[in-house]
Amino acid sequence: MVLVCEGPIDVEALLAGWYCAEHNRNYGAMVTFVGTVREEGGIEALSFDIYRPLLDRWFLGWKERLEKEGALLEMAHSEGDVPVHTSSFACAIFSPKRRVALQMLDAFVEDFKANAPIWKYDVIDGKRIYAADRSTPMAGSGLLAKGR
Amino acid sequence: MVKVEFLGPIGKSPVEVEASSLADLAEILKKDPEVARWLESSAVAVNDKVVESLDVKLHSGDRVSLLPPVCGG
Repeated sequence: MVLVCEGPIDVEALLAGWYCAEHNRNYGAMVTFVGTVREEGGIEALSFDIYRPLLDRWFLGWKERLEKEGALLEMAHSEGDVPVHTSSFACAIFSPKRRVALQMLDAFVEDFKANAPIWKYDVIDGKRIYAADRSTPMAGSGLLAKGR
Repeated sequence: MVKVEFLGPIGKSPVEVEASSLADLAEILKKDPEVARWLESSAVAVNDKVVESLDVKLHSGDRVSLLPPVCGG
């Protein structure tokens, strides 16, 4: 299951928790990625909607893929508003060797951006504006636009 | 009846419709201007599983979700 946080992620506690839970289980590598909200375009925060049932299904697919490589995947994401300079996304891969963790982290984050059912909004003057220009249609999009 | 959910920025309340396949549902949703503009860019899940064929049969109680373009992180 993805850890869903209401508002910003407590990154320090999260990463410490992941590290403490796994460091004595003989994984030689822990690779992390943390996404932090940048101050740009006049935003005061980003805001997120998540569809949890599908997010967990998507995440489970990745978790199983990494288990076949002897690796462990963890992930957290925010729901609701996340002010600038706080963090909305964190993930970690633990693996016996660093190469698997480094390669899989890149593939995982790329697929996360393209297919995780999460919607992003800019928050400007208290208003939530869908980030349409930064969003990507998921695989299989357009099915219901097709004719018979 | 099939329940249809419109996720994220589509911002429409769920509706219940009579449809026996996704092809039927497509014809119904194309008639709703509020929804039609999202169809080209949205993926579709039936009971929380993404599907890629209009031939998928629907049964009473099924839940169909429209998933507009995503951007996590």
